[in-house]
Amino acid sequence: MALTGLQIYKLLPRTNCKECGYPTCLAFAMKLAAKQAELAACPYVSEEAKAQLAAAAAPPIRLVTVEGPGHKVEVGNETVLFRHEKTFYHKAGLFIRVRDTMPLDELKAAVQAAMGFGVDYVGMDLFLDGIAVEAASGVGQTFQSAVQAVREATDRPLILIADAPAVMEAGVKAAEDTRPLLYAATPDNWEAMAALAKEAQAPLAVRTPPLPGEDGGGSLGDLAEMTEQIKGKGVQDMVLDPGVRDPIGTLVTLTQLRRLALKKNFRPLGYPIITFPGEGATDQIDEDMLASQHIAKYGGFVVLDHFTPASIYALLVLRENIYTNPQEPIQVQPGIYEINEPKPDSPLMVTTNFSITYFSVANEVDGSGMPGWLLVADAEGMSVLTAWAAGKFDAERIAKSVKTTGIEGKISHHKLIIPGHVAVLMGELEEELPGWEIQVGPREAVDLTGFLKLWHP
Amino acid sequence: MAVPVEIPVEKWMGKVREVTLGAVPDEGGTRSHTVTVGGETMLPFLHFEGEIPNPPRIAIEIANRRPDDWSPLLMEAWGDVMDDPATWAKAAEEAGADLILLQLILTKDGNEPTTASDASAATRAVLEATGLPILVFGPGQVDADNELLVAVAEEAVGERVVLGICEEKNYRTIVAAALAHAHLVNSRTPMDVNLAKQLVILISDMGLPLERVLMDPTTAGLGYGIEYGYSVMERLRIAALQGDTMTQQPMLVTPGYEAWRQKEAKVGEGVPEAWGDWRERAVLWETMTATALVESGADILVMRHPEAVKRVKAFIEELMGK
Repeated sequence: MALTGLQIYKLLPRTNCKECGYPTCLAFAMKLAAKQAELAACPYVSEEAKAQLAAAAAPPIRLVTVEGPGHKVEVGNETVLFRHEKTFYHKAGLFIRVRDTMPLDELKAAVQAAMGFGVDYVGMDLFLDGIAVEAASGVGQTFQSAVQAVREATDRPLILIADAPAVMEAGVKAAEDTRPLLYAATPDNWEAMAALAKEAQAPLAVRTPPLPGEDGGGSLGDLAEMTEQIKGKGVQDMVLDPGVRDPIGTLVTLTQLRRLALKKNFRPLGYPIITFPGEGATDQIDEDMLASQHIAKYGGFVVLDHFTPASIYALLVLRENIYTNPQEPIQVQPGIYEINEPKPDSPLMVTTNFSITYFSVANEVDGSGMPGWLLVADAEGMSVLTAWAAGKFDAERIAKSVKTTGIEGKISHHKLIIPGHVAVLMGELEEELPGWEIQVGPREAVDLTGFLKLWHP
Repeated sequence: MAVPVEIPVEKWMGKVREVTLGAVPDEGGTRSHTVTVGGETMLPFLHFEGEIPNPPRIAIEIANRRPDDWSPLLMEAWGDVMDDPATWAKAAEEAGADLILLQLILTKDGNEPTTASDASAATRAVLEATGLPILVFGPGQVDADNELLVAVAEEAVGERVVLGICEEKNYRTIVAAALAHAHLVNSRTPMDVNLAKQLVILISDMGLPLERVLMDPTTAGLGYGIEYGYSVMERLRIAALQGDTMTQQPMLVTPGYEAWRQKEAKVGEGVPEAWGDWRERAVLWETMTATALVESGADILVMRHPEAVKRVKAFIEELMGK
């Protein structure tokens, strides 16, 4: 976390020599804090102060990257506890766990199925980030073959899971030329794991067992001690596993970790977090609920034990939603959208320019196979009901978009279908648009197909 | 040697107001017990820095008649009980409801408008069928809401029923009915912190004690803007804990309605293959919408599918540390 002006001032020579161009060292410190000046402007600043200031400028949660030949995942570097305070930046990486005890052909097929999964959500292609391979066999050769098989099936990044350093080493060998996450250093093996991570230039996950009945403080102390020791061995990129698995434990501990990093600038725990929701769950839906918590509240890597399309779709969508920048409503350009090559006698529908609203309606019309004109009014990126309540989707605005887009010249009828939720606008719209017939469509996009089937010019 | 770690603990000044739904015979009602929500002194489930004396509660939504537009999966889950609100209320209670929400539908079968006496009769039938506290929501059109909810308020006098939807356009009528007949109101505003606060002020100015007001900031389903509702709820709850008294009402949200109107839950045909199995997806859509909202501060979740109710209830119990 950035230092305040006063904190910076204490690191400066405090001689008020003015050579930096500012009248006093304090004034210069204030400019530095506001990032309106460069430290290099001070000719007398000590090396020690330089180092301290550089360290303070580093992000409170380290950015950690894992990479395969075809995909890169960056997590960490978050700056807020709540998305409304600014935004969450680096989406939690979603990984699927497989074990090296599976026959290799089954393993490959499972990886291909999970990594081949893709789904369109409001025009974006959503997919999973990679594979976590666990050395459940405990045998280096078996693990190495499994990692090789996974790499033949996908070019996305890997998380290598092994307790014994020798087994991990075999896995790392098979993951050559990629940047996997090594999971995990524990109090028993950390020195060897740190050496492996340093050699492979790969990030290292660090796990401590939680202390039973503690509020988290005790075990976080152990975790902090380990990261400091590992850092001392030359490993910079780490990922935390505080060992908690149940819903209340993860919510509390992950919140505490985020707070420690952001509010206390506590470097020993300023790393992204890895979670295993399946280990705290009794079945698939349980895992999904816990995974959804980890996506919203502070997970960096979320390793899932099931690949079930319905669940993956829901989790990927939730992740998109939570990581949407609240300062930038996702909008589409207002105007006329042509769907399924509409003709002059095709129906004309109006909706708002909130992208989720637009895609719901456009996908529905598209899927119905029937041609249609979709008029997207400028409702400042709000959904139909919200925009209507806020006065951004009223008769005047709708009429304006009818008149300004030139849709009249493209159609041979004067019929406009409005969303059922704003049926109350019918009378006013007929006044605003003389000669037009205003028709009330369904309230939800999902019912448009049935509606359009019955429509005629 | 463990590194000393000082966990940052927020010292909140404020507390969410406790609101009690329902009245037992001694209090002028006929409920077998009351349900209290609110009272939190910390952000959701962060037990290390405050209290959550009352768990979030689940209201199962039923209707005065079989709804026309509910998903076939919901029709299948409830079956014939949907034809009779009293039977439906009993089934909802058995499915684990803490509260029953009776949704009044605008028209009867055959497109005749639902009348005040229909609404009263349905309310009476539900009150007789279940001992749980109830909420009654109008169809969401101001004129109809006013007419039906005033009748409901009279019929259920003394029961401390939550009347909804009480919004900017009709709050005067609904609040007056709540004042006259000892009920509560659900103050609904469209996804905005200031509007939520403002309507609570207006309701309070009419003389309704804040111990009888729930706050419904409106939310959205997973994939359809849930992040807006989620953040508005987080902001409202933070404001409440910081001591802003007009944001300290317990929050009611409707994940059942929001999830089940979306295509992902509602229909099984004509959707991308990548969406996976319909049943799994549909129940999950409601479940995940609800869990996201309970972790952002919901005190009452209005839900629809019995399986989703079961799931979310179990999750809440775990979050409560039970």
